[in-house]
Amino acid sequence: MSIDKNQVKKVAKLSRILLEDSKLETLSKDLASILNFVEQLNKLDTNKTKPLSSVVDKTLEPRNDKVDDGKIKSQILKNSPNKNEDFFIVPKVIE
Amino acid sequence: MTDLNKSSLKEIVNLIKSKKISSLEVTKHFIKNIEKGKNLNSFITTCFEKSMNSAKEFDSKKNFDGLLSGIPIAVKDLFCTKNIKTTAGSKILENFVPTYESTVTDNLWSEGAFLLGKLNCDEFAMGSSNETSYFGNTINPVGKNLVPGGSSGGSASALAASLTPATIGTDTGGSIRQPASFTGTVGLKPTYGLCSRWGIVAFASSLDQAGPMTQNVEDCALMLEAMSGYDKKDSTSINKKKENYLKNLNQKIDGLKIGIPKEYRVENMPKEINDLWKKGIDILNKSGAKIIDISLPHTKYALPTYYIVAPAEASSNLARYDGVKFGYRSSKGNNLVEMYESTRGEGFGDEVKRRVLIGTYVLSSGYYDAYYIKAQKVRRLIKNDFDQCFKNVDAILTPSTPSSAFKIGEKTNDPISMYLNDVFTVPANLAGIPAISIPAGQDSEGHPLGIQLISKALDEQKILNIAFAMEKSIGHKQSLNRWWE
Repeated sequence: MSIDKNQVKKVAKLSRILLEDSKLETLSKDLASILNFVEQLNKLDTNKTKPLSSVVDKTLEPRNDKVDDGKIKSQILKNSPNKNEDFFIVPKVIE
Repeated sequence: MTDLNKSSLKEIVNLIKSKKISSLEVTKHFIKNIEKGKNLNSFITTCFEKSMNSAKEFDSKKNFDGLLSGIPIAVKDLFCTKNIKTTAGSKILENFVPTYESTVTDNLWSEGAFLLGKLNCDEFAMGSSNETSYFGNTINPVGKNLVPGGSSGGSASALAASLTPATIGTDTGGSIRQPASFTGTVGLKPTYGLCSRWGIVAFASSLDQAGPMTQNVEDCALMLEAMSGYDKKDSTSINKKKENYLKNLNQKIDGLKIGIPKEYRVENMPKEINDLWKKGIDILNKSGAKIIDISLPHTKYALPTYYIVAPAEASSNLARYDGVKFGYRSSKGNNLVEMYESTRGEGFGDEVKRRVLIGTYVLSSGYYDAYYIKAQKVRRLIKNDFDQCFKNVDAILTPSTPSSAFKIGEKTNDPISMYLNDVFTVPANLAGIPAISIPAGQDSEGHPLGIQLISKALDEQKILNIAFAMEKSIGHKQSLNRWWE
């Protein structure tokens, strides 16, 4: 499996990570070697195997359908890099 | 006066409980060691004033009911600690001060312990050498040019250098056991769900598990007892009665069946590792255990499976670092999306970026089935292998790592060679079963080597007992000359 610089750029865009152009070359090589490595799995026939997403065999217990804001607004806002009393502040989204 | 550098956690607890020493004396001792051990770079944050106050408070109102009465403990900087900075070894969390406490650390404090400081680790626990930390690499007290392993490298280093009487780490693919092996200490990854994940900075949620790192097996049983337990705040926490691991610890392993998996004889395995494994088998044989050859046929697929599942989960978990709710925000970018991209581009280190990119790639449209679902299917085959074997054996014995501690910088340019470090540890995470690494010998250069015991889910007591018996026969007691002071 090879992965070129443009594909790396595309995945970086999906990941919301800005990459310096100078790093694209090394990164595409690294990613290609990792993908080559994991592709060993294709040697296995898994047509009859069910995927395993968690080893804990348990369904989530339903909780009461009740609004609970936790009354921790100030704690939630505390670590925000930009906020006012009630909101997180982000760059303007609507023109 | 007792030499606290040579005392185990259990011994220190007993000294405090028998009033031979005060909590403040113990705390001052470890603070002095930490100050003299700065060169190891095993701490990211210390909170000496707070620890001294906690010790004084304990001494003025002694309460010996806890398992860890009056004990100062440093923990991996992946556990959220209320009002104490928690960085996960990342620039993006450099100034993050949690407003809540992780369940596992809270459990330790409920048993009478208090916080000494936060220990260095690979960024977001992604790494096997502690070299991906934004706060610089940690040194292995075994040798100044050696990595302590990772990702709980700061924990292993601080423990081996007696900068903390015991510690806790997290293990997603070997992050407790590999550093334990590299530093001549004991590390246990419990059954998935035994220790709560609540308040631990998430890496790969279906694999992450917290566990004890200690000087010996008794301390390991003690710490596991203190930190484990059901937590309704973690949806995958196992609801069962708390075990008395320390009280039930014994060396009677007569008649137990130990499996030796032939697939762990990997290509190019150093002779020293193979010899160590043989030595372990001999010891168990002599102790009356029955050795049985077994097969775990999908072992070689564990690492490629892990390097799909873990990055996929990581890329989802790390989506929360957006520069809005908490953590670092870049000043660059003309709109919201550009701000996200700059924040993450500047805030994450190279290894974290690699894993988020791989994770995003294997989860992206058109590749999801070929990579992610495929890996989940193979994960089931790996778990089935273990389920089959545990019908016939009580535990499995393997080496912990394919080599002893490597040199700083030796593997940083080749991600795959770094990943291969986890070849023996990753299968237990994928299957969600417990595994312990104990020091079992040294290589020709005198660097420690560990041996690993794996059992079926929730059989921690059994591997602790086997490890306890082996520890006694091995008779290994690490003594470092404190060159870093």
